Amino acid sequence: MDRLLSRPGGFTEDEYEPGAIPISNIENFRVLVIGAGGLGCEILKNLALSGFRKIDVIDMDTIDVSNLNRQFLFREKDVGKPKATVAAEFVSRRVPSCKINAYVGKIQDKDEDYYMQFNIIICGLDSIEARRWINATLVGMIDMGNPDSLKPLIDGGTEGFKGQSRVILPTMTSCIECQLDMHAPRAAVPLCTLATIPRQPQHCIEWAHIIKWEEDRKDIPLDTDDPEHITWLYQKALLRAQEFGIQGVTYSLTQGVVKNIIPAIASTNAIIAASCCNEAFKLATSSAPFLGAPGTNNYMQYTGDSGVYTYTFEHEQNPACPVCGNLPRDLTINPDTTLQELVDSFAERPESQLKKPNMRTEEKTLYYSAPESLRMQTEGNLKRKLSELLADGEEMAVSDPAFAIDFRYKVRFS
Amino acid sequence: MLKIWSMKQEQQKSEAAAGQTKKKKVTAAQLRVQKDLGELALGSTMKTHFPNADDILNFTLTLTPDEGLYKGGVFNFTFAIPSTFPHEPPKVKCKEKIYHPNIDLEGNVCLNILREDWKPVLNLNAVIVGLQFLFLEPNASDPLNKEAAADLQTDRDRFKRNVRSSMSGGSVKGETFDRVMK
Repeated sequence: MDRLLSRPGGFTEDEYEPGAIPISNIENFRVLVIGAGGLGCEILKNLALSGFRKIDVIDMDTIDVSNLNRQFLFREKDVGKPKATVAAEFVSRRVPSCKINAYVGKIQDKDEDYYMQFNIIICGLDSIEARRWINATLVGMIDMGNPDSLKPLIDGGTEGFKGQSRVILPTMTSCIECQLDMHAPRAAVPLCTLATIPRQPQHCIEWAHIIKWEEDRKDIPLDTDDPEHITWLYQKALLRAQEFGIQGVTYSLTQGVVKNIIPAIASTNAIIAASCCNEAFKLATSSAPFLGAPGTNNYMQYTGDSGVYTYTFEHEQNPACPVCGNLPRDLTINPDTTLQELVDSFAERPESQLKKPNMRTEEKTLYYSAPESLRMQTEGNLKRKLSELLADGEEMAVSDPAFAIDFRYKVRFS
Repeated sequence: MLKIWSMKQEQQKSEAAAGQTKKKKVTAAQLRVQKDLGELALGSTMKTHFPNADDILNFTLTLTPDEGLYKGGVFNFTFAIPSTFPHEPPKVKCKEKIYHPNIDLEGNVCLNILREDWKPVLNLNAVIVGLQFLFLEPNASDPLNKEAAADLQTDRDRFKRNVRSSMSGGSVKGETFDRVMK
């Protein structure tokens, strides 16, 4: 690596100084890897072999026997142990110069101070929910007084033979929330097909999962990791399949349908993880142009099921994005102002001229003009002082049927 | 990395200043639901009820059809909106046990936009209009309660009688229903 970083390249900027700076950057750069599964194992291995030395990894899962074919940092003896810990220990053992901290738990357990420690964040996740959370957190951390508050987010994702990698500079370029429509929703079968005329083994399993469980075992929350629960669903699905003359209901299919398991392809993970780590390397060293600079391509799609195809494009920021578009503006106001006075002032403010505002904070419904039941429940707040309803610095969202976008204010007490 | 920050500063100059946020932000799902609630067209046959006014993601919709076979009934639907809304649809269930071809005895509702045809561009109003429509035009070709659907298809008069008797708490084919009359 040092050899690569010790000379300028054809695409390096004029001010690029090869040698000591990029080399020390890569050694001191703190990288957070979210997810230690199929992508996570590849990412951790690639980072360690590329010379990164300060890596943290978060994952809440434990190792399942079905992971072993592609999550190569795990062995049979590790089944049942936390992925993050085992992956961190494996890589640290093989690459002793690399120090990896593991955290077993949810990303939501950690606060902004935790995320502030890192220079870059790489996601190898399988959930949209977690992606949206980390994305919104990173956007919310931006502080114009502190350059270190900007954390580039590299997101890898795979599904079977398809995958994508993208780089997000929070608030500067299109974010996860802007790109939400790029996720194909899971194909659902109409409930009535499940209830009346199942045609496929999957329909029988979904019927057992959605309808039969509710009927017979309403009081027991379904745990898709509990073999007894899966066995129960499998047996009910099997009976139903026999009733309709449908072949193919098996225990493993039941598990697959109920847990929405999509077959993972090791080489897709390898390709996407390589792309993610390549971008991390370029961001850390400035040794070559990276994916995702403002106004350039930020999204790489890969398709491997019919030949090999990749397409890289710029996904533009959505001005109405609820997370990164339309950021909250400051609203300085006397804490003794009543909510009614604030509502009246909204009606007059030139940028808003709200007629029927609905307004809330994350915790509290302040005042809703509609629907009627909420108006009655919240009209008592109108007489109250703002200081009783919200805290200094709290965010308030205001919407009105007359406007397509929401107004967000950070309330500052004068 | 430093270069990125100078680009950020450039961008910032041309935008309204956005200070730092340390306090909790209104979530994307809340924002969308707030907007949808402001745009509900409830009319006289529908009412919402929020057990906790601060939690707009969970509420009950009361439907009182003023025409059709279910006229005079009072039907309550629970709405549980996931934090992934509008990427995923709201979860809607009928609280009463009723005799309806598209609603099963557990309260599950067969409405295409609540499942397979949900799209993030749809809003709560679309769901509410869909529910209202189910009471005006029960649909026998898309059944969840097969017996009710079969009745509707083969003998509309018997279906009507069954609806009336089930709504006053009677039983149909051995199944007792909840009384839902005003």
